Amino acid sequence: MTEFQTFSKMKELMTAYYFEAKTTKEKPIAWITSGAPVEFLFAMDIIPIYPENYAAMCAANHQSVELMEAAEAQGFSQDICAYARTDFGADILQGGPVGGLPAPHFLLCSTNICKTVIKWYEVIARKYDVPLFIVDTPFVHDGLTDDLLEYTVAQFKDLEQFLARITGRPFDHEHLAEVLRLSQEAAAYWKKILFLARTVPTPINSLDSFIHLGPIVTLRGTQGCVDYYQALYEEVAGRAADKIPSVPGERYRVLWDNLPVWFKMRRLENFFQERKCALVVTTYANSWGGLSNYEDEEMADPYRLLAASYLNVYINYGFEERIRYLSGLMDEFSLTGFIMHSNRSCKPYSVGMYRLQEELSQRTGRPGVVIEADQNDPRVYSDAQIEARLDAFIESMEAAS
Amino acid sequence: MRFWGGIDVGSLSADAVIIDEEGRLLGHAILPTGRDSREAGSRAYAGALEAAGLTPGDVVRVYSTGYSRARVREAEGAKTEIACHARGAHALYPDVGTIIDIGGQDSKAIQVGKGGRVLNFVMNDKCAAGTGRFLEVMAGALETPLDHLDELAAQSTETLTISSICTVFAESEVVSLISQGKKPADIAMAVSRAIARRTVGLATRVGVSGRVVMTGGVAKNRAVVDLLAEILGAPVDVPDEPQIVGALGAALFARDERG
Ligand SMILES: Nc1ncnc2c1ncn2[C@@H]1O[C@H](COP(=O)(O)OP(=O)(O)O)[C@@H](O)[C@H]1O
Ligand code: SF4
Repeated sequence: MTEFQTFSKMKELMTAYYFEAKTTKEKPIAWITSGAPVEFLFAMDIIPIYPENYAAMCAANHQSVELMEAAEAQGFSQDICAYARTDFGADILQGGPVGGLPAPHFLLCSTNICKTVIKWYEVIARKYDVPLFIVDTPFVHDGLTDDLLEYTVAQFKDLEQFLARITGRPFDHEHLAEVLRLSQEAAAYWKKILFLARTVPTPINSLDSFIHLGPIVTLRGTQGCVDYYQALYEEVAGRAADKIPSVPGERYRVLWDNLPVWFKMRRLENFFQERKCALVVTTYANSWGGLSNYEDEEMADPYRLLAASYLNVYINYGFEERIRYLSGLMDEFSLTGFIMHSNRSCKPYSVGMYRLQEELSQRTGRPGVVIEADQNDPRVYSDAQIEARLDAFIESMEAAS
Repeated sequence: MRFWGGIDVGSLSADAVIIDEEGRLLGHAILPTGRDSREAGSRAYAGALEAAGLTPGDVVRVYSTGYSRARVREAEGAKTEIACHARGAHALYPDVGTIIDIGGQDSKAIQVGKGGRVLNFVMNDKCAAGTGRFLEVMAGALETPLDHLDELAAQSTETLTISSICTVFAESEVVSLISQGKKPADIAMAVSRAIARRTVGLATRVGVSGRVVMTGGVAKNRAVVDLLAEILGAPVDVPDEPQIVGALGAALFARDERG
């Protein structure tokens, strides 16, 4: 990992966040999916808890296997997303880095990332006997339409009423506007940080951005999140200006598609460093920049803005749009190739990937490789197999250069 | 005279070759990799030197390839199997267009351009279905030595199908076919067809063009090679010793490095 000074601040921020969540007596706790409209929760002073983020932390700490085994022992199939299994296990054993998540008062789940989360959250709702609110964000086949926006906005209005009932006070629209502003500001910094990677050599690589995702996922909508990314932005911008590379001797610039492999961060980092290959941009980390994509004039109505942002996530749109987006990134970031992580856990992210690889290679004339792995389950990962494929891919970039 | 070496340490076999300035093969050795891949590489290299009647001092440089290429003591450089199979096959068949390599844990299809350059490649996904390991397990279930599997298949008279892709499930299919009293020859044929069909899927993805050459240990199984040719509708050439093509490629890379 590139040694950013800001990193220690992130640790503080995340520790404080989990500490408050574990100890609060006043604030309600809601478990929430990574792509759900958290702004509504912050507007009502509810603490959002992200099982996905926690599952990733467990895997990065090499604790996911034990937790998944506990879930599998209760009958959860190995074919279910490893995030879900890790969290079921963390709940059963009260395990992982913070000893389990604080019990929820209700759940908020959005289907823009996958449909697994519906069943996953139903399990949790039954276990804790708490209400579950589902925001159904339809798949965007070809472009956002008014129907899609209205359908989603209508659910946001229901959500406000739901939150008013849960908290016993009227929904706070003023606070929502404030939270939304903070959320947009954080997303804007995040995007600016990621776009600094257009610099050759890049001052930040994608393994860094994976590590620095924590606050934008869990704390967007708070001032702390904005401050953090502002500081990180300044640091990375300074490095870009000074041409300090995140991968010394950068020779190859590569896109990474799909989630990271959380339990292999260190090894992959060394692997890519040795080969002077920088992972420059990822569809995954980019997903949290969405709220900043819209100009104020274009989206004056905050509900439509939120609806557009939460519908318009990479994994919620169709093949043509994905390929268009990917080709754009290949040029914009001056890439020499791309890696697609076909992720056993995340079917909606991985479906059609081989076809995507062919098409993207053809359109850009640059090599790409598909590796079969998993973001959280080390039991389906083989170092030798994956590194053989990655090496062959790097050789083909060498041959093409 | 100057000589170069190539060592390919794979998941199942460690193969080494010695070549001269013209790229002629002077000696080779094929040994099981076993538990200690570093040792296996050294032994294979020693075997190839002995076969060539040379000593380590006669060799200018050695390159390695294969899964354990980074662990080969004698090697000064390393290349992936993809590059080495392409290089080696191209040296043997200058008009090669497509290479199908099936080793112990991997199967791959490589599209080769001018000068043995890799244009594109695909490898099997992470499961062992369709690799040499699959054949080994089936040979075990049939209680037939691996190198007799093709002779056995040649006596097949009835067409059977193995439908499972998974090696473990396919093995239990074989076991149940045996217990149903099916002929081992027919089962051997069905097993060979299963692997051939899976491989054709891979080859089609990369695109089959030009001369098709098969390398790797599984190319020693005539039944698989013939079935591949039949399903592809194109002849499939197999070098005299398909298992050393990767090592040959590595040796050629060693030779072509300056100095
Ligand atoms: N004499 C033989 N007849 C048929 N198949 C063979 C023979 N020798 C090896 N094989 C097959 O080749 C595979 C090993 O291939 P190889 O290219 O040596 O693998 P690797 O490079 O992974 O070590 C074995 O799994 C086996 O299926
Ligand atoms: S990793 Fe994929 S399948 Fe798992 S929760 Fe996230 S989006 Fe859903």
